[in-house]
Amino acid sequence: MARASDATTDLGRVPALSESRGVRAVLIAVAAGFFLLFLLLPLLVVFVEALRQGLYAYWAGLTEPETLAAMRLTLLTAIVVVPINTLFGIAAAWAVTKFNFAGKNLLITLIDVPFSVSPVIGGMVFVLLFGLPGLLGPWLAAHDIKIIFAVPGVIIATLFVTSPFVARELIPLMQKQGTDQEEAALMLGANGLQTFLRITLPNIKWGLLYGVLLCNGRAIGEFGAVAVVSGHIMGLTNTMPLHVEVLYNDFNFVAAFAVASLLVMMAFATLVLKTALEARAAWKYPTLP
Amino acid sequence: MKNLTKRFGHLSVLDRINLQIHDNEFIGLLGPSGSGKTTLLRILAGLELADDGAVEIGGRDSRTLSLEERRIGFVFQHYALFNHMTVFQNVAFGLQVKPRHARKSASAIKQRVRELLALVQLKAFEDRFPVQLSGGQRQRVALARTLAIEPKVLLLDEPFGALDAKVRVELRRSLREIHDTAGLTTVFVTHDQEEALDLADRVAIMNRGIIEQVGTPLEVYDAPKSPFIFDFLGHTNSFDCVVRGGKAYVGENELPLDKTIRDGPAVAFVRPHDVLLAPTDGPQGKTGTRLPGTARVRFISALGQRATTELLYERRLIEAEMTRQSLQDLELRVGSKCKISLRHARVYARQEVEEQTRVAERAAVRPRKRRRLRDRLPTLR
Repeated sequence: MARASDATTDLGRVPALSESRGVRAVLIAVAAGFFLLFLLLPLLVVFVEALRQGLYAYWAGLTEPETLAAMRLTLLTAIVVVPINTLFGIAAAWAVTKFNFAGKNLLITLIDVPFSVSPVIGGMVFVLLFGLPGLLGPWLAAHDIKIIFAVPGVIIATLFVTSPFVARELIPLMQKQGTDQEEAALMLGANGLQTFLRITLPNIKWGLLYGVLLCNGRAIGEFGAVAVVSGHIMGLTNTMPLHVEVLYNDFNFVAAFAVASLLVMMAFATLVLKTALEARAAWKYPTLP
Repeated sequence: MKNLTKRFGHLSVLDRINLQIHDNEFIGLLGPSGSGKTTLLRILAGLELADDGAVEIGGRDSRTLSLEERRIGFVFQHYALFNHMTVFQNVAFGLQVKPRHARKSASAIKQRVRELLALVQLKAFEDRFPVQLSGGQRQRVALARTLAIEPKVLLLDEPFGALDAKVRVELRRSLREIHDTAGLTTVFVTHDQEEALDLADRVAIMNRGIIEQVGTPLEVYDAPKSPFIFDFLGHTNSFDCVVRGGKAYVGENELPLDKTIRDGPAVAFVRPHDVLLAPTDGPQGKTGTRLPGTARVRFISALGQRATTELLYERRLIEAEMTRQSLQDLELRVGSKCKISLRHARVYARQEVEEQTRVAERAAVRPRKRRRLRDRLPTLR
């Protein structure tokens, strides 16, 4: 095998510790191939198919009343679910890292449950809890409260499925940072709220942001749990991902891909936002602590 | 803040600690890792609660006092600076979080912060972030930040642990100056005995959750109550001796005792500079207690003014320290023999020594390595 130290490239001699040119080429080809085949190509196909019949059809597909209703529901879900789970995540991470209490390990394990369980199960448990055949079903029916096959059900199912994201980001981060700075702030006379706002929050800023973005992404794109719980009532309990499936099953390909392309663009916007914020952070602090 | 009395019954970490700290005192809590000194400091600060016992500040139980009334400043071991704030903001923090009625105006705060930064000689650094500072600079910011709230008591947790020797010495001096000029009461925790003995008015030596001895550095160094303390404060040479009828004997010669020890086997602890060497054939030295037999020199290290010799005596390793001149006068080489006298020794009961220290283990000579076959048969290569 050719020695790495013998290799020369356009950039001059290759350092002795890197792989030979052949190995590097293969690794890059594999990674690039995987990326192209499984990530880039499918996303491109979405846009190609969406615009297959031209921009007018694309626009028409997006502005159908049921589609607009689906978009509204998805937005509503995100607006409700993300703040609640952010608060929950901060509270759970705070409790786990700053305090010692009985059942702490149990709490940490429970937080991971929505992550490890299949999303369909996530939806089913709520049907079994709130649905007519379920535990609280008769009581809810008696009081004319609709949860399953209605908007509240969609929100609750999404809440369940996206709950770990913020907590899982914050817990290791806060554990690594320890309590020193908070203790210092308390010794200097700050009360609990001041300490939280001025010391804790700025320190977990980026982890929090990342967790929120992940939570948001999942809330918008969740399919399995919401599918079980929503009942697919067009115009009422369809979120965007569900609506894509409905349109596709109706052979309305252009509209289906149009809505899908919208989801892709939202994901893309999220990623761009995250990268921009990270770049700003790197610029602001010369070396990240 | 007047006298501070403390009683604890937290058995595993701190065991019934009683200590009084006086106004304007600079006291050091000295001890090895795990002795409970940091826990003690944190309980004093209010960062942790004792299971039993109380802390009194100025005659009142500290739990009844609010944070303002306590006036305690705490400097953390790793500084705990607010990394996302500038040096200025760090120091200003304590002043900015005061309740509305007690808070000064922004310009007054600015002025005070600048004064403090000048005090710790960091005036030019006010817009830097902690991540851009060296260890010594960070420590000074931590100090300035704590002084901003005008505490009456300053608590420091191993303040100079992570710094190199020169910076450490400089900061020590600054700390002492600040303590003296501001009229603070300072308690600091350290495992570095040189630091404690250098700085403190009084030193409390802690071991495994109890305070073994409290006294001025001189008292503690010259008259350590227990073998642990002697060993902790510096290099220890140990010599077997025997106590008979209330007197200690090493060989046939008597060692002066400064406290009564029960009859039985005992150990004499001697500092390297109290081990006096004399040539085997020369005249008897006048000072100190002569030890029977001779010692052989194994190793000599003579850097600078002081010379250190390692000797083998009765199958134990002994370290002796003297001036380079004295070493030259003795004309000692590696392998030469000499006689030993002890100028000043402290005698402890053998049992106490074994319980508390590992001096015997450390002085044991390592077994000689088995020579390899190849070395013994030079013809085989």
